[in-house]
Amino acid sequence: MNLLGKLSWSVIPFDQPIVMGASGVVILSIVFVLGWVTLKGYVPYLWNEWLTSVDHKRIGVMYIVLGLVMLLRGFADAIMMRAQQAVAAGGAQGYLPPEHFDQIFSAHGTIMIFFVAMPLVIGLMNFAVPLQLGIRDVAFPTLNSVSLWLTASGILLTNISLVVGEFARTGWVAYPPLSELRFSPGVGVDYYLWSLQISGVGTLLTGINFVTTILKTRAPGMGYTRMPVFCWTALASNLMIVAVFPILTATFAMLLLDRYLGFHFFSVDAGGNAMMYVNLFWMWGHPEVYILVLPAFGVFSEVSATFSGKPLFGYRSMVAATMVICILSMMVWLHHFFTMGASASVNAVFGVASMIIGVPTGVKIYNWLFTMYGGRVRFSVPVLWTIGFMVTFVLGGLTGVLLAVPPVDWQVHNSLFLVAHFHHVIIPGVVFGVFAGYIYWFPKAFGFKLDEGWGKAAFWCWFIGFHIAFMPLYVVGLMGMTRRLQHYDVVSWQPWLVVAAAGAVIIFVGVVCQIMQFVVSIRGREELRDVTGDPWNGRTLEWSTASPPPAWNFAFLPHVTDRDAYWVQKKLVCAKQGQPTEARKYEPIEMPKNTPTGFVNAFFAVVTGFALIWHIWWMAALGAFGAFVTFLVFAFREKEEVEIPAETIARFDRAHPAEVAL
Amino acid sequence: MSVAVAVYDVKEDAFAPASEAGPAPKRIVVAFGFWVFLLSDIVMFSALFAAYAVLVRATAGGPTGGELFNQVNVAVQTGCLLISSYTCGLMLLAASERRRTNTYLFALVTFVLGAAFLYLEVHEFAGMIARGAAPQRSAFLSAFFTLVGCHGLHVTAGLIWLAVMMAQVEFKGFRPSVGRRLLCFALFWHALDIIWVWLFTAVYLMGIRP
Repeated sequence: MNLLGKLSWSVIPFDQPIVMGASGVVILSIVFVLGWVTLKGYVPYLWNEWLTSVDHKRIGVMYIVLGLVMLLRGFADAIMMRAQQAVAAGGAQGYLPPEHFDQIFSAHGTIMIFFVAMPLVIGLMNFAVPLQLGIRDVAFPTLNSVSLWLTASGILLTNISLVVGEFARTGWVAYPPLSELRFSPGVGVDYYLWSLQISGVGTLLTGINFVTTILKTRAPGMGYTRMPVFCWTALASNLMIVAVFPILTATFAMLLLDRYLGFHFFSVDAGGNAMMYVNLFWMWGHPEVYILVLPAFGVFSEVSATFSGKPLFGYRSMVAATMVICILSMMVWLHHFFTMGASASVNAVFGVASMIIGVPTGVKIYNWLFTMYGGRVRFSVPVLWTIGFMVTFVLGGLTGVLLAVPPVDWQVHNSLFLVAHFHHVIIPGVVFGVFAGYIYWFPKAFGFKLDEGWGKAAFWCWFIGFHIAFMPLYVVGLMGMTRRLQHYDVVSWQPWLVVAAAGAVIIFVGVVCQIMQFVVSIRGREELRDVTGDPWNGRTLEWSTASPPPAWNFAFLPHVTDRDAYWVQKKLVCAKQGQPTEARKYEPIEMPKNTPTGFVNAFFAVVTGFALIWHIWWMAALGAFGAFVTFLVFAFREKEEVEIPAETIARFDRAHPAEVAL
Repeated sequence: MSVAVAVYDVKEDAFAPASEAGPAPKRIVVAFGFWVFLLSDIVMFSALFAAYAVLVRATAGGPTGGELFNQVNVAVQTGCLLISSYTCGLMLLAASERRRTNTYLFALVTFVLGAAFLYLEVHEFAGMIARGAAPQRSAFLSAFFTLVGCHGLHVTAGLIWLAVMMAQVEFKGFRPSVGRRLLCFALFWHALDIIWVWLFTAVYLMGIRP
């Protein structure tokens, strides 16, 4: 028996300069960052204040850091694909061999959905939802930390595949029978499956945590019809996580059993049914789109109301539309495979259901427009992202309605028309929303605003670059170009793909502007400092506390009397000006104690996942046992909470008069 | 896991709707969260049930359920699990009254019944594999072993959990956090019953129809 399973020196692709170069850069930057942190003596601070933190705000920030770092990785994949397709026309083969190109498009999709969009959206929810609900933390703070680090484990495993072994060549959906052992004998699909299983558990735990938080721990007076719309969309998103992520887990478990133990769920022989995988995958996959996009819709709702200085138009219809989308999203999965051979009637039902989703989405668009209409709109960067979203998303949505017509879908399925469509909804819908939320809540998280000039430059590069990069794909899609082509013979497609590559370069300039914005803002943070805690004249409770908020968020749980709770409070304070404020009696607050459980558990998850991928059974058992012991140590710990003395809270309030003014 | 709760001194509005009452007590929050987890677990089982339903006729010339299932074995298994749920309830009652001996006693009975259930299941699996009806034989058998085996894994996890909980009662006493965990365990154990009832019906009862 081989102690190291399938592992040997030959699995490291020394002969591929692009892979080795990329991994070299990644490894060097990790070594550099770790070395810098150690030399500067930041390790104890990082460990005590961040890695072991169970504070929802810090967990949120770490999720967003993860998402942004992986956005760079996913974007690098995108640039490589655009460059390859721009040159590999006629007889040319481009610079990427097929087996490498296949890994790139698979990794791009997997990373962008699971390790960019999910962490960014979950990060924003982590940061903002408890603050908006007027509470001190999520329902289960330690579980929250476990979720974060399990997501990080999945991300780490995916990145290890760059150096050790390979990633899946099956596309991000990994359809069998291609993804079965017989046709994909390498470790690529195993990397894909185990990374997503591990991070999927983290996501499911997040869903449970937030459903409980939003339904059971809101501040006094924060009734359902007073919740900010972002909290409503977060509720819808997390309900969907709870409802559909277990399906993905079960589906991947079946594929793993096929691959590891020779079961026959999706195999081509012994009665296996590959089409069942496609159904199960999209029963998760379509709601997943809305898991990502609904919180972004919540951000747009907050931004459009705040920057128009008006309450959100049609609050109740917005909530209703959100919940209708939440339910309808689970009834349309079949439109991802109209061509698979369901009967015409089945296709028609799912086609109509898909078109109906356009209705609540349309309601939302009109609500945002009417919120801005007649308002005193400040064209700050979050508003630019919001308007850019509305313009772009409506068009992308229309191509979606087109694709929902089964006969049309039969013509353009699996073509670049489809690729253009889903980028046309996900990039404005999710990415623009996350960027708006990032800029909107950044001053709350760090106490200073982000630079406006670089922010605007970034927006325009992304907005223009997006259209130049993806509009040509509709054209070549209609001309018959299928997706995932490493090279092609039809030279008339090439000009369009060159234009698309140019668009990707413009988006790249936008990314550079965002990095510049970050650097410039940190260097100029004294001028950008927000001392009021309310830099945008906000309406919801997160703006009522200091920036950055203390660990306990609110010295006293706010008592909510109306929608737009903070706006109402501000008006009340104006009315009462000059009257003596009553002295507040501070009381000590119990806060959950920091714990390394999440981090240590994630370490063992990586060990177990890696061992399973490479068939190192003793190591897998050891990793699982380590995770169990970690869990036991946590379950038997003596002290579960720390008490923050009243004097500390009073001192903080005196130093930050923003909250006391109310 | 904990919730930070400190209610500001506010005059209670007698007619305020329940949704405006402020954060729920910790026991309720924990139990509610665990219910949400159980629902997600049931969704996972529903995917496995769906796979079983799709593949139940895909025997690829191998044995069918009617040829393999032993009704007596399954009836005894069901009895073990249902009675263990009752003793699990008794254990929770004893724990809520802080009666240590009774808690241990009923936990032991629950554990033994759960272990007996598992023994019978492993015995059934081993017998089937010995007769050439391994999960690799056909898609039907793959789905059968996965669905029933997944429930069995849950029972195994439950037994380990129960053992850990008794150690917690021994070393930490009946403090609130231990009480909440016992409550979650009881919910989990009952949920396994619910799943078993579906399993019993959909796999074993419907499986012997010609």
